[in-house]
Amino acid sequence: MTDLIRLTDVEKTYTRGKEKIAIFERLSMRIEQGDFLALMGPSGSGKTTLLNLLGGTDRATRGTIEFDGKRIDKLSEGQLTNWRAQNVGFIFQFYNLMPILTAAQNVELPLLLTNLSPKKRRENVATALNIVGLSDRARHKPREMSGGQQQRVAIARAIVADPKLLLCDEPTGDLDRTTADEVLGTLQLLNRDLGKTIVMVTHDAAAAKFAKRTLHLDKGHFVASELAA
Amino acid sequence: MNRITYLLAHILLGVLAFLVFTRVAPGPLFSAFQLLFFILSITLIIWRGINIGWRNWAWLILLIPVVNVGFLLFAPSKERFPKRNFIEITPDRSTTVDDVRLVRWNLARNSVRTILLSVSILIAFLLFGVLVSFNVAITDVRTAPNRMVTLSKINFTESLPIAYFDRVLHTDGVLAATHMNWFGGYYQDQRRGFMAVFAVDPDSYLRVYQDDLHLTPQARETFLHERTALLVPRNIADRYHWRVGQHIPINSNIFTNGTNGSHVWDFTIAGIFETPDGNSQANSVLIRYDYFNDTITFGRDRIGWISFLTTSATVNDRVAHAIDTRFANSQDETSTQDAAAFNRSFAAQLGNIALVVTLVVGAAFAAILLIVGTTMALAVRERTKEVGVLKTLGFSSGRILRMVLGESMLLSLIGATLGLLAAAGVLYILSHLNGGGGGGFHLYPSVIGISAAIAIALGLVTGILPALSAYRMNIIEALGRR
Ligand SMILES: Nc1ncnc2c1ncn2[C@@H]1O[C@H](COP(=O)(O)OP(=O)(O)OP(=O)(O)O)[C@@H](O)[C@H]1O
Ligand SMILES: [Mg+2]
Repeated sequence: MTDLIRLTDVEKTYTRGKEKIAIFERLSMRIEQGDFLALMGPSGSGKTTLLNLLGGTDRATRGTIEFDGKRIDKLSEGQLTNWRAQNVGFIFQFYNLMPILTAAQNVELPLLLTNLSPKKRRENVATALNIVGLSDRARHKPREMSGGQQQRVAIARAIVADPKLLLCDEPTGDLDRTTADEVLGTLQLLNRDLGKTIVMVTHDAAAAKFAKRTLHLDKGHFVASELAA
Repeated sequence: MNRITYLLAHILLGVLAFLVFTRVAPGPLFSAFQLLFFILSITLIIWRGINIGWRNWAWLILLIPVVNVGFLLFAPSKERFPKRNFIEITPDRSTTVDDVRLVRWNLARNSVRTILLSVSILIAFLLFGVLVSFNVAITDVRTAPNRMVTLSKINFTESLPIAYFDRVLHTDGVLAATHMNWFGGYYQDQRRGFMAVFAVDPDSYLRVYQDDLHLTPQARETFLHERTALLVPRNIADRYHWRVGQHIPINSNIFTNGTNGSHVWDFTIAGIFETPDGNSQANSVLIRYDYFNDTITFGRDRIGWISFLTTSATVNDRVAHAIDTRFANSQDETSTQDAAAFNRSFAAQLGNIALVVTLVVGAAFAAILLIVGTTMALAVRERTKEVGVLKTLGFSSGRILRMVLGESMLLSLIGATLGLLAAAGVLYILSHLNGGGGGGFHLYPSVIGISAAIAIALGLVTGILPALSAYRMNIIEALGRR
């Protein structure tokens, strides 16, 4: 299998006044194409920070980040923005849907960054909503849907532009067990049937079981775990 | 109390009230309300005119706290006005999205706020459209470029000897000339019945103003031959339902009628005339000089001013110089100028309208700028998270900047369009109500052009800070940490 992501000696430090806080000092990791990785670890261990580095919404202080063999840490701000639009789908804990838009319109947003016609966009949106099982909710606004439905709309939005990588930050953190399992099932399906590479941050061991492997992060280092492959 | 002092005092009072009460109850809704009240009261003063007594002062001073306290008591609280939208934000739920729709829907998401802001902008542009059109109407009366006026150098109310008329008429470069006297006329009521009555020499007047007055041949004949003949413009005739042949008594607030010892003269309507749009004679009521001169008890054989046409506008300066030097060092020195320049100085005597316009409109726009600017900034701050999401999805910062600017621009254009429509309506009503005073007000194309420029500038200025803050917004900070 080929590596989709390769992190080499990544350092991330925040400067707060004179004080320097190192989140990662020399972090290296590889994620294969088609992997479904669960990231666990205590609060403040750097899970969200790592996800931001992988998704290009934040930059490493030092080190290299390769995606599909290309250095994304070298890209300019504008190039990185375009790269995100083409390659990464994001799923957040609190869904982050636009309240003024319907489910279908929310899902359509990433397609505004392509040059697809409105007709083609509508088709792709329908497909994405169908995959997450929400075809009948296309015209509902976020506040007219349950948390689980909203999260599935968010998943549809993440996959509609057909990115290789899905990044999920506690996607089930706000859902009950049954709903969480449905959402996780959807993610598993995307990984298994559509070959999406998924990195999912979670605090929930049951959620991590849906992944192919789990990494534990503590104080900026991966630690051995009985679940890690 | 002069109107400008009163206005200044009011603006000061308004700003003070604004500062005090926005302290007590801050918030965009309240600020917008304050602004509305402030602008409305200024408009009222302008409408009520110059004679503002202590009673109106008292009303105003009383009104400000009363209205404010009233608002505080009945202010729509968040509980009573839950986040409800009067208009559906996305009317067509089945449509696809694009940037323009996003802008429109974002603007509509808080409909109460948007409506209040549009109304504020509407009022500013209504004021602008009406006041500036009004100003243009009285200062820029359309006259031929070769039309000139000779009047007393001391003051335009000072008269000249009638002998001057012949000399002006026979000056080199003068094509035709006539003389006119201000009668100080009114019909029945001094204030409401005021009209611009001029005593003119019929024959020469109709020659000098032949292109300005549309008269029937019959009316023309009657005016040339009947001593008590009267010519009235269509708007005044319509206002009083006058018909040709009717006997009309007209009063003078200057002269006494020697034949009956009163201030009243009797006239017979010889004709009703129309004038081209915006013509200087649009509101002139015309009587004959001979009738006037023979019956007045003082000031006989004097004329108010001489209106004449030169052979061509290029000789204007030379003719003016020739006339004025001729009468220099005489009892009655003259001042000769273009009719257009004369009209402007005449309007300036009525009060410095341009200054009032600038003050009021300036105050309105300054207030609008603050209100719309802060509200837009608030609106974008509320949407910080959404901006973060859009950036995460791959929307460029430039595109987001354009969307925010588009929103403030759209708001400003909506307000300006509605304001100008309202202004057109108000001007239409004014010119139809007001038979005597001004007449023929309308929205000038130049006013529309300037309004469009102001609207764009307003949109840019109010949107640029929030747009830049959205542009600079960092994704991680925008999405927030939990
Ligand atoms: N902008 C910042 N400035 C300073 N420190 C920061 C900043 N962002 C993150 N940190 C620090 O980095 C560390 C890792 O944060 P991160 O959000 O990645 O943790 P996390 O593992 O996602 O935690 P949680 O499980 O609570 O979401 C924390 O100690 C945090 O205080
Ligand atoms: Mg986190």
